[in-house]
Amino acid sequence: MSGVILEADDLHLRFGGVQAANGASLKVAANERIAIIGPNGAGKTTFINLCTGYLKPQSGRVVFNGQDVTRLSPRAITRLGVGRSFQIPQLFLDNTVIDNLLLALSAREGSWSPFTPMLRHPKAEEMWALLDLVGLKETGNRIVRELPEGMRKLIDIAVALALEPKLIFMDEPTSGVSSTEKFQVMDTLTRVLDARATTAVFVEHDMDVVARYANRVAVWAGGRIAHQGTPEEILNHPEVRETVIGVGV
Amino acid sequence: MPPEMLLLAALDGLAYGSLIFLVAVGLSLIFGVLGIVNVAHGSFYAIGAYVAAAGVLALGAAGLPTWLAFPTLLIAAALVGILVGGLVEIALLRRVYGKEEVLQLIVTFAVFMILEDAQKVVFGVQPYFANAPMNWLGTVEVFGIFYTTYQLILMPLVALAVLVGLRFFLRRTSFGRAIVAVTQDREAATAMGIDAARVYLITFIIGASLAALGGALASATTSLTPGIGAGTLVLSFAVAAIAGLGRIEGAAVAALLIGLGRSAAVYFAPEFDVLIPYLIMMVVLLVRPQGLFSTVQTRKV
Amino acid sequence: MARQLVFGAALIAALAVFPLFSPWSTVILTVALCEGLAALGIMVLLRAGQVSFGHGLFFSFSAYAVAFMAAAKVGHEALVLIPVGMAASGLLAAIVGLFVVRYRAIFFGMLNLAISMVFFSLLEKLFSITGGADGKRVPRPTFAGVEFGREQFELATFYVTLVLCILAALFVARYLLSPGGKALEAIKSNETRLEYLGVSPRKVLYGAYLLSGLLAGLGGAIIALVSGHVTPELAYWVRSGEFVFIAILGGIGGVAGPFLGALMFQIIRGYAAVYAPETWHAVLGVMLLVIIFFAPAGLYGIVAGKGGKAQREEGGR
Repeated sequence: MSGVILEADDLHLRFGGVQAANGASLKVAANERIAIIGPNGAGKTTFINLCTGYLKPQSGRVVFNGQDVTRLSPRAITRLGVGRSFQIPQLFLDNTVIDNLLLALSAREGSWSPFTPMLRHPKAEEMWALLDLVGLKETGNRIVRELPEGMRKLIDIAVALALEPKLIFMDEPTSGVSSTEKFQVMDTLTRVLDARATTAVFVEHDMDVVARYANRVAVWAGGRIAHQGTPEEILNHPEVRETVIGVGV
Repeated sequence: MPPEMLLLAALDGLAYGSLIFLVAVGLSLIFGVLGIVNVAHGSFYAIGAYVAAAGVLALGAAGLPTWLAFPTLLIAAALVGILVGGLVEIALLRRVYGKEEVLQLIVTFAVFMILEDAQKVVFGVQPYFANAPMNWLGTVEVFGIFYTTYQLILMPLVALAVLVGLRFFLRRTSFGRAIVAVTQDREAATAMGIDAARVYLITFIIGASLAALGGALASATTSLTPGIGAGTLVLSFAVAAIAGLGRIEGAAVAALLIGLGRSAAVYFAPEFDVLIPYLIMMVVLLVRPQGLFSTVQTRKV
Repeated sequence: MARQLVFGAALIAALAVFPLFSPWSTVILTVALCEGLAALGIMVLLRAGQVSFGHGLFFSFSAYAVAFMAAAKVGHEALVLIPVGMAASGLLAAIVGLFVVRYRAIFFGMLNLAISMVFFSLLEKLFSITGGADGKRVPRPTFAGVEFGREQFELATFYVTLVLCILAALFVARYLLSPGGKALEAIKSNETRLEYLGVSPRKVLYGAYLLSGLLAGLGGAIIALVSGHVTPELAYWVRSGEFVFIAILGGIGGVAGPFLGALMFQIIRGYAAVYAPETWHAVLGVMLLVIIFFAPAGLYGIVAGKGGKAQREEGGR
């Protein structure tokens, strides 16, 4: 295992009578592909929220690249190089696909001159390449609201990738994608991540996807990791088979 | 400073706070259920005040006994709530539920502009003064200072009754529980067979009636002039915001805070009395943007 | 796009020649342009889904700044007073903005209202300084060093205002099309994603607030000069409400909208003064409802032929 890029240590968070994080810990090494699996309500999304600053833990800490980011805002953590896509895609629904991506590129470059119209964006070429990558080049001029959920999920991921993060959290990247296209999407995604040496942590319900694309699996239950190991170990683990794979899919 | 001044200021603040509470709790209730901040809320207060004053003056002119003024105040408030409030909800608000917030704001703002002028047309621009109910109740002496029973006892009592009554209504009655259910999860409540449209309408009428009741009570203590609606709106919003929008008990505390703050200013720095509520609101929102009695809510991602 | 440009050019041309044929309209048109500037500021904020019921603050602040300077003979020159008045409002917006950009929706609207009402009551109460409810007279300054008669002064001010409005509108149009403008709209559509792009929504809104304060300030500075008089009424909530009305009436789809709305507003005001002097705010209220429910893209949407209704419905969630 090479250097640790992110370390979440003993995170606790309780809200509304629910222990959403109960000693959640995870070490992520550079270039890993970690799949988080577990039943609904196990605290998977909460964990991502805690690591990316959307929620603040009541105790415990998150260290990214040697820096304590526990109390930082999502904005600050994003700027340090942590990207994120969402379970429900978080996009600018009334804008076109290209506007969504160009805004991300502007954010990355910090270029906000009021005299440079979107239409003449200096990073337009990169934007089209990115869209091509997720296979959505022909949707570029469509308004996001009009697109089906599966496409929105991919755009959401493309937006996160546009920021060139060192580490990306993806919350169910293939949930809206049809089962026939899942592998194709994941193949592309993995290629991009490999090419950019981007580390990835993703929540996934499809065990075939987990088996094929993760090199480590963390099983979430009750707000923390119950088991972790290689996909082979985990997917053959009798207890996991029963509690997660049997019920959670 | 003399201690009786302090006492006088405190009693004044109590009376004033009671009044503002009535208006603010209506605003807060409507927001809690409908998710709309009703900019026209101040107009319900003003119209309630005018209708009540007109009723009381008419009683006097007809030579009827003064005690009849008290039921008149209540009837005026209910009438304004049902007729004006009901009309606004049915004709306009219904069409903007679930729309952009800014749109809802502008719609209620338009209603506000219409109602402000409607008052002038109906009641004229001459000041109304109908203090018969206040005089009829006489005065009480507190540590050597005479104070009107109306302001010292009746107004706080009404506020207290509304607070207790509202709590009871929301927690113990089936319709009150339906309101709470709709507030928490409209879809689930509808699935359970609750008629959300009816809950919205009745909540709006209750909220509007409370504002009108505040106005009706105030009508006996002060002369009514055009424009009282705008000031009251800001004040009641300040109270609701300080408490946290949708918080009923919190509104009582916040109203008292604003009432005391304002009357302290009236006694000790009269030129700044109008500034105090704004200042309290700004300070509270600066420290706790979600209000004093609310917990933070984050959007689910 | 072409259609919008043609329309904009036609509007400018019509405005430019109108006072030559009917001199009585010079002041009214200047006032309309000033209110259009303030409404343009409101429109910028509306793009972020925020509405301010208190921009009378910036409108009146620069107007009083101009009045004080003109009275004190510090700046007895219109071309100095206008930018200085505007800058004064910009400074105020820079301070107030630090506070209000933390809030959204009703909180944003009401805090703006509250602050403007504080200023309004100060203007009324501090009689010895501000002249109270009677306000202050603004002596007519020189114009580019020349002492004009009233009519020439009004005409010169009108054309300067027209040019400033064009510049302001072009700048705002450019800004709204730039990534920064899209980031502003993102505050309305999804602040969470904006945060996760590493962008501070507060900073974006702060910039827009500053711009809107400057625009309202520019309008206020000029209106002080052409009316020769400032009163606390400039800071009153009714005034702020009118700016919102104008922006909605004109439509926020394009920068010509607020100016179109302001011209229409003057026409309504003219007729209302004759036919409904007591109830003309009610007339405005009714019109506001009619626009919102039946022509949500406003006058601009009708004239520029943008599918207003569909557009607005997309925006609703």
